[in-house]
Amino acid sequence: MDTVQLTIDNKPIVVKKGTTILEAAKGIGIHIPTLCHMKLDDLNIENKPGGCRICIVEVQGRRNLAPACCTEVSDGMVVNSHSIRVVNARQTVMELILSDHPSDCLICPKSGNCDLQSLAHQLGIREIHYKGEQSTYREDTSPAIIRDIDKCIMCRRCEMMCNEVQTVGVLSAINRGFNAVVSPAFEMNLDHSVCTYCGQCVAVCPTGALTEVNHTSKVIRALSDPSKTVIVQTAPAVRAALGEEFGYEAGTLVTGKLVSALRRLGFDYVFDTDFAADLTIMEEGTELLNRLSKYLEGDKDVKLPILTSCCPAWVKFFEHQFPQMKEIPSTARSPQQMFGSIAKSYFAEKMNIKREDLVVVSIMPCVAKKYECGRDEFKVNGNPDVDYAVTTRELASLIKLANIEFTKLPDENFDNPLGESTGAGVIFGTTGGVIEAAVRTAYELYTKKSLPRLDFDELRGMEGIRHATIDFNGFPLNIGIAHGLGNARKLLEKIEAGESEFHAIEIMSCPGGCIGGGGQPYHHGNAEILKKRQMAIYREDKNKTLRKSHENPYIIKLYEEYLGKPMSEKAHSLLHTEYFDRT
Amino acid sequence: MNDNKKQLRIALRNCGFINPEIIDDYISRDGYMALGKCLTEHTPEETIKEIKDSGLRGRGGGGFPTGLKWEITRKSESDQKYVVCNADEGDPGAFMDRSILEGDPHSVIEAMAICGYCIGADKGLVYIRAEYPLAIERLQIALSQAREYGLLGENIFRSGFNFDIEIRFGAGAFVCGEETALIHSMEGLRGEPTFKPPFPSVSGYLGKPTNVNNVETFANIPAILNKGAAWFSSIGTEKSKGTKVFALAGKINNVGLIEVPMGTTLREVIYEIGGGIRDGKKFKSVQTGGPSGGCLTTDFLDTPIDYDNLIDAGSMMGSGGMIVMDEDDCMVAIAKFYLEFTLEESCGKCSPCRIGNKRLHEILDKITSGRGEFQDIERLQLLSQVIKDTSLCGLGQTSPNPVLSTIANFEDEYLAHVNEGKCPAGQCKALLKYEIIEDLCTGCTLCFRNCPVGAISGERRQPHYIDQSLCIKCGVCYEKCKFNAITLS
Amino acid sequence: MPKIKLSENTVNQIKEVCTEFNNKEGELINVLHKVQKKLGYLPAEVQEVIAKELNASVAKVYGVVTFYSFFSMIPKGEFPISICMGTACYVRGAEQVLSEFKRQLKVEVGESTGDGKFSLNCLRCVGACGLAPVVMVGEKVYGRVAPSQVKEIIKEYQEGCPSGNAKTA
Repeated sequence: MDTVQLTIDNKPIVVKKGTTILEAAKGIGIHIPTLCHMKLDDLNIENKPGGCRICIVEVQGRRNLAPACCTEVSDGMVVNSHSIRVVNARQTVMELILSDHPSDCLICPKSGNCDLQSLAHQLGIREIHYKGEQSTYREDTSPAIIRDIDKCIMCRRCEMMCNEVQTVGVLSAINRGFNAVVSPAFEMNLDHSVCTYCGQCVAVCPTGALTEVNHTSKVIRALSDPSKTVIVQTAPAVRAALGEEFGYEAGTLVTGKLVSALRRLGFDYVFDTDFAADLTIMEEGTELLNRLSKYLEGDKDVKLPILTSCCPAWVKFFEHQFPQMKEIPSTARSPQQMFGSIAKSYFAEKMNIKREDLVVVSIMPCVAKKYECGRDEFKVNGNPDVDYAVTTRELASLIKLANIEFTKLPDENFDNPLGESTGAGVIFGTTGGVIEAAVRTAYELYTKKSLPRLDFDELRGMEGIRHATIDFNGFPLNIGIAHGLGNARKLLEKIEAGESEFHAIEIMSCPGGCIGGGGQPYHHGNAEILKKRQMAIYREDKNKTLRKSHENPYIIKLYEEYLGKPMSEKAHSLLHTEYFDRT
Repeated sequence: MNDNKKQLRIALRNCGFINPEIIDDYISRDGYMALGKCLTEHTPEETIKEIKDSGLRGRGGGGFPTGLKWEITRKSESDQKYVVCNADEGDPGAFMDRSILEGDPHSVIEAMAICGYCIGADKGLVYIRAEYPLAIERLQIALSQAREYGLLGENIFRSGFNFDIEIRFGAGAFVCGEETALIHSMEGLRGEPTFKPPFPSVSGYLGKPTNVNNVETFANIPAILNKGAAWFSSIGTEKSKGTKVFALAGKINNVGLIEVPMGTTLREVIYEIGGGIRDGKKFKSVQTGGPSGGCLTTDFLDTPIDYDNLIDAGSMMGSGGMIVMDEDDCMVAIAKFYLEFTLEESCGKCSPCRIGNKRLHEILDKITSGRGEFQDIERLQLLSQVIKDTSLCGLGQTSPNPVLSTIANFEDEYLAHVNEGKCPAGQCKALLKYEIIEDLCTGCTLCFRNCPVGAISGERRQPHYIDQSLCIKCGVCYEKCKFNAITLS
Repeated sequence: MPKIKLSENTVNQIKEVCTEFNNKEGELINVLHKVQKKLGYLPAEVQEVIAKELNASVAKVYGVVTFYSFFSMIPKGEFPISICMGTACYVRGAEQVLSEFKRQLKVEVGESTGDGKFSLNCLRCVGACGLAPVVMVGEKVYGRVAPSQVKEIIKEYQEGCPSGNAKTA
């Protein structure tokens, strides 16, 4: 292997050829500040436009300063990361950026989590010497995302996520010079565009330019209304990430404290979306088996592969981009919507609560869930099955607002009947999890045999597209997995071209799956955090006594008491949906 | 332009002497001879060596040695390479590329083919400003004639070498003069530059090794190969060989394109070729290098012009704009003019150029409108240094040059603006004051009747008065007054 | 932005241009040039058709259109007036000429008069520095223009203008 010798801040160092100054410095504990640069290791996601010019360093013999993120090391290079020239330039560039940025940190939704704010602090900016005109734009509020691009610093991270990773193509840099900014075409509102609300732009935005629509005040209002019964469901990925907001190491499971906090917030019943995930498996697994048996019987019209449909951004993606294939995905609603539907029918009837007096709140790692619960097909007489979807981050702020000391909370258990779940429901939170859960159930239903093992390592991991073949008693079931919509697109194009060998494909919009959702605590470009959350999810699964959806006693009871059997007429009307051509 | 013995035409050798729409005219003046010789008698290496020995440097502004660039591109291994001619001339006040393409398009075509042979490319692209319809038309005619004669296409001169050229249109973005931005533009993208390395010679158009030279550079190539590297390198200075085309303009008697050997002094250009300053006014400054260059004073009149001397003097060669200014030009306003241009042309990708130039412009605007403070001058200098030091591409790295050079050479003018509230050249309107001299005013009411904003009042046959708070300083009263009763201070 | 409906004929014209360039995304700028030449400008609806034909995102097309000053989303006036703002013209008073045009036409740079007769734009150097300052109306070049001539130039084109409402002051 070719190596290169250089010195950074007087420290000699040997690194691999092709390493950047930034990486080389990091290796010896010198953290050169960056702003636009972002690299998610193992996910093949990197934003490196070299545009912010914060990471500039002095390289001996070079006329001007070099951006550490883009400059590769060379033999004998002498780098100074904090000479007077560098510090002065870095501060001045920072002042320039701030001179075109509103100084409303105190009331900015990103305050405390803003990369720009912490950088200004780190660089000791106390005065902006170059004041002048600031660029102003119209604020754009959509059902899930708010664009306040007065705060855009042109780091281009969102543009990269939207185009290269997600291939959605809503955002692009527009105009030039001082007027350049990232925007949808014709500066249209997001809700007029093909935006999927995946929220990955929000997840990577270093400032308050892109944030989620905040529903916390609506939740507070509902909680304080004595005429309402307010129940809450929490998605699997939330428990693996919420702790980060309260100082816990990434990957710490805080399920018990989460339940406890929700109860203290005043929710009448604290339920679990994992329960609905188990229900999803019953429906989707059955649908898979139905299609599979038709296929094996020689039905040429049967739609295979079946695609999962839990992810609202993915659903909106194919409705816009592949409407001709809208018959392929499973018709099963997402766990959030199955929960809402069951809560406002089965549970409401059981408890004798009028539909309009029952408020369903969901805690989601996702911003697209806000959009999903507002879709018309998930409303009955205008009343939505799920009233409000708030993100993991919003929940953290609610907990803080209610003066709850999270770390001191006791561990508590979910309420019944919609709080019981299996390990299969838990793993919905990570890429590969839905299909693994489906395999656990489908295998047993199909083969009528008990699974010899429960951990399908061949389905796990962080690679963008994965595949595995599972032996279903002699029938090789080909499974595909994609996370990130760009990867999903690749699989869809194969299906369209008739080149797909798969029988079932799991798709999640966000890199890493829901653990990397747009509503999760900010990862600030650290992919390790995502991996730790993933490990936590699998740990939670392993700790569960029940790990197969069809063994969940409350699911069995729900079918016995209310739905009949999977794919029954009642199940169809409450748990399934249809898709629309949005072109 | 009067011909003058100070001039020497190499790049412009055929302009005006041939009919650019007739290939035989070009051929009769040794056209395509160099290509023929290269293909049939010389290896690419030999030709590259000849170019290297000639000392030719890129005429687009940077001055990178052309032969070396070709050599690097040749050494980049790839199944496909490209030759690109940068004809997106965007420097305000320079138009040599247009003149060459209009007057001698075949010289560029021939040179591109030679370059293709040398680096191992069979495809060339000319990236040309869409605002140059005549140049485009002549180039198209020349291309089809060259194809007809077998000078483009397959198996040129039966050598087995294939080469053809396509035209791509620029769309009005100065930054596309920067190689990487130009390449992105040709790929159908926003013309934003990217960090180098990788250089285009390694990874350029469609990710393939690409050699980018500008029109004037190419126009020199056939002449060099016909007459030899020794001949070419005998012209010019130690580090800058050959000639340079300048677009001479401004307050000078003879304006137009000139071509002089490197090393000619500014004095020779301005006074001997340019015929001195118009209307008997006093020379104040000469601006070279366009928005990337600087404004030089009389102190530099005897400096031999070459790449390095101009940089040492705080300016640069650029593409060859040369604007002469006289005592009526305000240097602060000139700096502001260039900044306005940069502001409009900055791509917006990197923060120092996007925001820094905006702030520079705002400070200059403050000074020219009479609101400047002493500290503003220092602020301009500090900010300029950082913009130069941190910007992503050549545009931002040089955009503060007009500011820095005017401060360095004409600090007294800046001081007059900020300390005394005066514009010595009388250009900055906001600093002007029109007043009526009571003794001379006859009360004829002519000024009163012509003032567009009603700022003048007074009784007939009585002295009139200008309300300064209303006056927009249009100067109409000054022009109309028949009694010289209006002063300007 | 007011929505306009493109005629089938226009849509076909755009599609033809795209086909000519093999519907390749990399040919976007060439396509935009050609379509603008045909239609005079590139309104949103036109960009949408181009994006679809080239299989590019509309945002990308819009990003490119707004990057290059040659592309316009508003129709030019019947008589587009361009003032050269090259350095040579500037030092010989182009700015004063420009402000006179602005004053006379009551429009800003980049705008058209209400009746669509005139549009006002700045140009980079047109390479006629010898004639500085230079004004172009359509293809016609006016050299050594003084602010006092502006009114006259405008008048030349107003004659035969039936409504005559482009006349000012």
